[in-house]
Amino acid sequence: MLEAYLSLFVKSIFIENMALSFFLGMCTFLAVSKKVDTAMGLGIAVVVVQTITVPTNYLIYNFVLKAGALAWAGFPDVDLSFLGLISYIGVIAAMVQILEMALDKYFPPLYNALGIFLPLITVNCAILAGSLFMVERGYNFGESVVFGVGSGTGWALSIVALAGIREKMSYSDVPHGLKGLGITFISVGLMALAFMSFSGIQL
Amino acid sequence: MAKITKVLFDPIFKENPIALQILGICSALAVTSKMDTVIVMTLALIFVTSLSNLSVSLIRNYIPTNIRIIAQMTIIASLVIIVDQLLKAYAFSISKQLSVYVGLIITNCIVMGRAEAYAMKNGPWMSFLDGLGNALGYGLILFIVGFFRELFGSGKLLGFNILKPITEGGWYPTNGLLLLPPSAFFLIGFIIWALRTWKKDQVEEEN
Repeated sequence: MLEAYLSLFVKSIFIENMALSFFLGMCTFLAVSKKVDTAMGLGIAVVVVQTITVPTNYLIYNFVLKAGALAWAGFPDVDLSFLGLISYIGVIAAMVQILEMALDKYFPPLYNALGIFLPLITVNCAILAGSLFMVERGYNFGESVVFGVGSGTGWALSIVALAGIREKMSYSDVPHGLKGLGITFISVGLMALAFMSFSGIQL
Repeated sequence: MAKITKVLFDPIFKENPIALQILGICSALAVTSKMDTVIVMTLALIFVTSLSNLSVSLIRNYIPTNIRIIAQMTIIASLVIIVDQLLKAYAFSISKQLSVYVGLIITNCIVMGRAEAYAMKNGPWMSFLDGLGNALGYGLILFIVGFFRELFGSGKLLGFNILKPITEGGWYPTNGLLLLPPSAFFLIGFIIWALRTWKKDQVEEEN
């Protein structure tokens, strides 16, 4: 039991890394990875939001949307699964908003550190994809919690690593046309190659 | 007329959403290992972007600024649900291959970005064209990446053998790396390099 969770955790961080093997959250991944500090802030915000939204969407999917899920309310024949996308994005937007207000009230320092990144997370595709993968792969509640934490951590890990590389890169002499976005893409490609070496690991 | 051409064709080369605006990259990388998924994805994005721009622009004067993001999100999500259901009904196997990436059109920054940056300020017809142009610019990069990845990765285009691979008794040693995620990053990096060598004003200054 515990082993299966551990295996899923390691798998979602390294082997099926959200950013490097599924290309998710790329827009923010490339735009906010210029400095390690900001990358770290965004990474932590993603972990937190991912850990909350994946299990929440699990509950919504299994008790409201799935075919026959409304049996507890007396509607056993109702299938609302086509409303999935719109409900997940609604839940994510609402969760981000609630989190923002809660942090503002109870943890002002953390709120100031994460401030600008929280709204950005709503449109980070890694978050929505976390929920979609959870549905597609049919995780149970425990697995969805572990998957949420793991995939968020994997994403955070890779954005911090990329920010570190980009900070060092300012000292190197990059061909003129390749400056900025071009060289960033190529370094992400190299990172993805490196991460592929984890794919042989079986737990 | 000149304005229409500008709105429609500028996003294709001059302000390409992927190469210059860094928008919508997730799906650009993920669906490009085969041409048929590229075509379906491009069509889906053309549909969603142009219609969402049109609808957002039609109601732009009635949306209160505070809740505009939610209003745009709802329009986009509804359009994506239509696409998703259509694909599931008429092209089930492709919809399985695209897996979560159809749903992820919602968070594709091109759609949201154009709705926010253009459709909120311009008339319906121009917004429609802007959406179309941006989706075409996105499609162009996808086509180039998809073409190279499928042709050199598996020796095929749209499932037809072009370069007969050694495994099937031909002469072409397939380059498996091109079917794997990292190659998409390299290819887009090279496309950006080529585009910026051609149009020098797009190069970013050192910061």
